[in-house]
Amino acid sequence: MTTPSDGAAREKYEMVVGLEVHVQLRTRTKLFCNCSAEFGAPPNRNTCPVCLALPGSLPVLNESAVELATRAALALGAEVQEESVFARKNYFYPDLPKGYQISQFDQPLATDGGLVIGERPDGSPLRIGITRVHMEEDAGKSIHDRFPSATAIDLNRAGTPLIEIVSEPDIRSSAEAGSYCRLLRQVLEYVDVSDLNMEEGSLRVDANISIRERGSTRLGTKTEVKNLNSFSGVERALDAEFARQVAIVESGHAVEQQTLLWDADRGAVRPARTKEGSDDYRYFPDPDLPPLRLTKDWIARIRDKLPELPDAKRRRFAAEYKLGTYDIDVLTASPRVAEYFEVVAHARGDAKTAANWIMGEVLATLKNTGVSIERFSVRPADLATLLDMVRSGVVSNTAAKRIFALMVESGDRPEQIAEREGLTQVGDDTQIDVWVDEVLSSQPAEWQRYLGGEKKLLGVFVGAVMKKSGGRADPRKVNQLLAARAGK
Amino acid sequence: MTSPAAGVATLAEQHGAGNVRPAATVSAAFARAAEVRAGPDGLNAILALDRDGALGSAEELAHRHQQGQRPGPLAGVPIVVKDNIATLTMPTSCGSRILEGYVSPYEATVVTRLREAGAIVIAKTNMDEFAMGSSTENSAYGPARNPLDPTRVPGGSSGGSAACVAAGIVPAALGSETGGSVRQPAAFCGIVGVKPTYGRVSRYGLVAFASSLDQVGVFGRTVDDAAIVVGAIAGRDRYDSTSADVQVDTYQSPATEDLTGLVIGRPREYFPESLDSRIRDRCDAAIATLRELGATVRDVSLPHTELAIPVYYIIAPAEASSNLARFDGVRYGVRGAAPSLREMYERTRSGGFGPEVTRRILLGTYVLSAGYYDAYYKKAQEVRALIADDFRRVFGSGVHVLFTPTAPTTAFPLGTRSDPYDMYLSDIFTATANLAGIPALSLPVGRVDGLPVGGQLMARHFNEAVIFRVAYALERALGGRSA
Repeated sequence: MTTPSDGAAREKYEMVVGLEVHVQLRTRTKLFCNCSAEFGAPPNRNTCPVCLALPGSLPVLNESAVELATRAALALGAEVQEESVFARKNYFYPDLPKGYQISQFDQPLATDGGLVIGERPDGSPLRIGITRVHMEEDAGKSIHDRFPSATAIDLNRAGTPLIEIVSEPDIRSSAEAGSYCRLLRQVLEYVDVSDLNMEEGSLRVDANISIRERGSTRLGTKTEVKNLNSFSGVERALDAEFARQVAIVESGHAVEQQTLLWDADRGAVRPARTKEGSDDYRYFPDPDLPPLRLTKDWIARIRDKLPELPDAKRRRFAAEYKLGTYDIDVLTASPRVAEYFEVVAHARGDAKTAANWIMGEVLATLKNTGVSIERFSVRPADLATLLDMVRSGVVSNTAAKRIFALMVESGDRPEQIAEREGLTQVGDDTQIDVWVDEVLSSQPAEWQRYLGGEKKLLGVFVGAVMKKSGGRADPRKVNQLLAARAGK
Repeated sequence: MTSPAAGVATLAEQHGAGNVRPAATVSAAFARAAEVRAGPDGLNAILALDRDGALGSAEELAHRHQQGQRPGPLAGVPIVVKDNIATLTMPTSCGSRILEGYVSPYEATVVTRLREAGAIVIAKTNMDEFAMGSSTENSAYGPARNPLDPTRVPGGSSGGSAACVAAGIVPAALGSETGGSVRQPAAFCGIVGVKPTYGRVSRYGLVAFASSLDQVGVFGRTVDDAAIVVGAIAGRDRYDSTSADVQVDTYQSPATEDLTGLVIGRPREYFPESLDSRIRDRCDAAIATLRELGATVRDVSLPHTELAIPVYYIIAPAEASSNLARFDGVRYGVRGAAPSLREMYERTRSGGFGPEVTRRILLGTYVLSAGYYDAYYKKAQEVRALIADDFRRVFGSGVHVLFTPTAPTTAFPLGTRSDPYDMYLSDIFTATANLAGIPALSLPVGRVDGLPVGGQLMARHFNEAVIFRVAYALERALGGRSA
């Protein structure tokens, strides 16, 4: 319920937000056993003594998960620790087979990172600190709505590798939270560590939010908001929870520390069912796993193998291709689009044309067909060839659009299509001369008027010749030949 | 027919040479088990027997030998295994109601290695529930009894395995140690018990009690029996991240009794004023024998020894409280049916765990709780490091092996240790090796009132070989006196 005074009340307060982002690492197997980590198998198919927590089984760390987690941490500017420790987080829940989750607690994999999500009004960078990046295993799934009066457990997901990325409480608005999430996802997409699919749960966001009067440096009592299924959901939930907390404080009450669930349909939060004993996880180092030791050299090798990150790529695109900010943002949004662009731009030697085609035809086609750029039927080298055919006059711009559409359909090379469809441009003077003769002889009066000074009639003759050629005549050549006739 | 008590080396040799059929030895083991009444109506040492499986394996082994397969070091040797070690053909109940009838779908690495060495696992043995106890009285399936005097306990928690070896059913057995659970029953039953270095033997398939202390251990009728079995199961296992990639030495020693050049340490903290003087005398007699064999004996000090039991009873329950959380009635074992999740947990666990296990889970949960962690668990780990430092310092000063009593008493009568803390003190001399992770062995060094007394040898990490060398020599020298 909004009353006129709400707006003023909200002006008095600011939100203080920290985000916890869980990202499922794209490994072939689970974090501590050899079971497939693939999504979507029949229930409990991807299980073994270890992830079922059968008596006597022991965890063995998946090294490729460590590598992916390290890549992610380094890409987020965090300092990867030479020694980190796996700890047990103890709580009872039916989808947690061991009765504890193997996570990291006081010695996480990496600390002290951050992302610059924009600029402050004074021009200084707006940086959201990242407190820590740690590794942990996922729990299974409890399915409450499948069988009447019974809960089913699917442990396929139990033991799949996650990283948790914990931000500092540096976020002050829902828009900043959205920017942080989007940039975080972009960076992780660049380093290729996860499917980053919120619907399948491979990217999950929880928010900690409190409010305080503007100008205050004190932190208020926070609530945790879960079940945020999209980035816009994060933004809407934060605004709703901010308003709820402001209303509580303005009415003279205190915010209660609790866990809330975002209900996207209702646009409101509701209290979560608390897990048994969730107030004290009794963390202690897992005695089944030695401390994770990474050498400086190994960390340096992972760092050296990191691809160019979004910020660096944006700066390079500006310098190298002289493109505008909007173009750069579109082209670098995904590393694969950026790569596609660069292949075309390099082969073509004309970045602006490449950019226009990719931002126009290519992205529109991908959007309409729902195909990802990795599976796009038009290979970048072929697009470059097509653009080259336009520049060298082999095909007209109009014909090129038609050829592109046929490339999308067939995956064939542009030369083949142009040839097959008769779309190659005719630059041969003799043939064009024949068409020019025919046009001039059919319109002698107009030609005399042109020769008499009506220069604007030139367009009419060019159009007529183009039409006669079926669109294949090179317009430049037509212009030249007509000019030559007039000069005679 | 050769008696199973003939010893591991003899049996393996005769089976390998084809002089004795493994099936005959296995049958003899079952006959001996019946004779000594090893089942619930007698010693109650055995919880499950796999008669058909064992005889089948024995025939199959004989067939493989005929086909030309080289006999392993345990060829046809019948062995029993503690009930907290996962086996495919018999239940793995851990002496608990909560796992009654539970059969593991996978096998412990140590069992696989036993089989690969030619051993035939014939039975699962009684134990204190989840290895929590020192007398095998805490079993949900009733107490086991000492074959030397059935009114007395065999020690624990691996009491069933110790009793089977002492009763002459098998020449060797697997147990497990968290704080003396092999060495103390070995001492009580007059046999040899070994706790290898932490990390020497895979824990994969050993149902966890306290992961940082647990280690599979071995019982033998003789030092040689134990040495051969330890050699067969030791070594890195990729399924156990805490198993060490350290060269496994040959533990069978050449027939030399000369210990010249070896320095034996006698830690004064293990011979307190309060120690039963008869036990002290047997141990000092053994030390005198070691001196006669050429060893130098030195008085040493391990000043943090008295803190071992308090530290152990913080760390072990803490880890246990977490390790036993998986017994929740959801996936396996006994479930206490109830209308709500919380009640299901309560009924399953209250009904499934016995009082000692419940006590330790509560204790462990308490010491890990927010606000108590630093005062208890963290402090205990710091003191544990001091205990390990004591050993490091002594071994660093030129001492090769320490000699101590294994237990402060001989086997006590059933039902006489009702105060848990009195029971905990049974492990006062053994828990230190688990806390420090070092190898240790108990062997008989004499008798008091007809009951065996165990002497303990300890050495630095991964130096089981020097322990075995001393144990072989001492066993041979004491021969007449200890038996």
